[in-house]
Amino acid sequence: MGATANLIVFYSLAAFILAMSVMAVTTKRILRAATYLLFVLIGTGGLYLMLNYHFLAAVQLSVYAGGILILFIFAIFLTSLKGDTIEKFGSRSTVFALLTSLAGVSITAFVLIGTKFDYSLNPTVAGEHEINMKDIGFALMGTDKYQYLLPFEILSILLLACIIGGILIARKR
Amino acid sequence: MYDFSVLTNWIDQWLRSQVGDSWALFVEFVLVGIAILTAYAVLALILIYAERKVCAAFQCRIGPNRVGPFGMLQSVADMFKILLKEIITIKQADPILFRLASFLVIIASICTFGALPFAKGLHAIDFNIGVFYLLAVSSLGVVGILLAGWSSNNKYTMIGAMRSGAQLISYELSCGLSLMVIVILSGTMQLSEIVEQQAEVWFIFQGHIPAMIAFIIYLIAGHAETNRGPFDLPEAESELTAGYHTEYSGIQFGFFYLAEYLNMFIVAAIATTLFLGGWQPFHVPGWESFNQVMDYIPSFVWFFGKSGLCVFLALWVRWSFPRLRIDQLLNLEWKILMPICLINILLMALCVL
Repeated sequence: MGATANLIVFYSLAAFILAMSVMAVTTKRILRAATYLLFVLIGTGGLYLMLNYHFLAAVQLSVYAGGILILFIFAIFLTSLKGDTIEKFGSRSTVFALLTSLAGVSITAFVLIGTKFDYSLNPTVAGEHEINMKDIGFALMGTDKYQYLLPFEILSILLLACIIGGILIARKR
Repeated sequence: MYDFSVLTNWIDQWLRSQVGDSWALFVEFVLVGIAILTAYAVLALILIYAERKVCAAFQCRIGPNRVGPFGMLQSVADMFKILLKEIITIKQADPILFRLASFLVIIASICTFGALPFAKGLHAIDFNIGVFYLLAVSSLGVVGILLAGWSSNNKYTMIGAMRSGAQLISYELSCGLSLMVIVILSGTMQLSEIVEQQAEVWFIFQGHIPAMIAFIIYLIAGHAETNRGPFDLPEAESELTAGYHTEYSGIQFGFFYLAEYLNMFIVAAIATTLFLGGWQPFHVPGWESFNQVMDYIPSFVWFFGKSGLCVFLALWVRWSFPRLRIDQLLNLEWKILMPICLINILLMALCVL
């Protein structure tokens, strides 16, 4: 893709993500918030696609959109009543929320201002960066340097423990 | 065998010489989009007609026979009917989510449809992670079904959506695991390369017993993914009127209907691509003249023929078996199909080693 086409795609994705994230936190209905969050995650997947990180884009879709968001929706289905809206917060939690969001904004702004983005150096992101699926597989399953078999196995044991814990809690006596 | 990439490359070259690279890409995206949407709609019409005829044959009826020769224009007439119907707005439903849900379901289905290799060189997008992409995008449809059930403000749709969510999430596991068997055998996830490797022998014959087990499990799990046949309890009409799309009307209902039929085709097409050789003709190693005769049949005929066979299997199952109960359904997945799948992957790994 040409440099301008790239910029257009990037800015439209960025605008989409920003609009959806603002709507996700300002909406009063909790299921709508979850849906807007889904669009934020899909938009992020679109950014990965633009960078040719196809694997990460598919992971973003299947893990977040196909997994975590469905978990959210099920949790909302099972806990809240139809038409539930978010209740008003007290003044103390408003102050805390304001402080934490200010802290988040300042950290992000600090990092963004400190980093120099030179778009003209590499205006096209197409082509050469695509990582082969095979390399990812070897990196996950190898024991050499920059290969991650041990963390992978530890994570699977952690997940297994979670599954067993869930079954133990849900089991009928 | 005609290679469609000659045609597409020629169009690409011509566009690039006319309007430059960026605009050429843009025009191609629009053209590919229009082509895929058209193919989607036309296939849906054909599938609906086929389903009605096959269903009629199983029930010893004639089926649609009034509109056009052999009733072939019946589904076209039905399409115009559904396009002209009024869209009823539901009181006290969440209007945004209600409208959005039908679009989510059909977009997930179209995204999966667009990545299939239809014929030699006729492949809109060929990801390195093809198989994974198909699984990832098709999992988006569950969100649409859940939202449809919730936002309709009706307890039948709600129960239908919950059942559907449980069913789709469970059967996605067997689907993914049985496709992994082929990924292990071929050593790649790229759909074009998977098809290329089946030029001599299809994977279902190359992979010995594990590939056959995986094929059967994929057909069962994929059939359950489409909410049809004996697994149609999210919309069990005798208990839930129509399940999660009870409250939908007009073209919004049409979207769900279309997505259901096309998902059936997509499952058949994925089974074709991964197990039955995609658009590759049937070859027997050593029989040179036989292979050459097979090569004369165009590649898209092979693809749609094999997919049609799988679709016919799905219809056969649908009109032959009674509906399962939800506990039987979940037991079938978690206690039977999943363990078989896991052992099957181990078997295939041993075969490949």
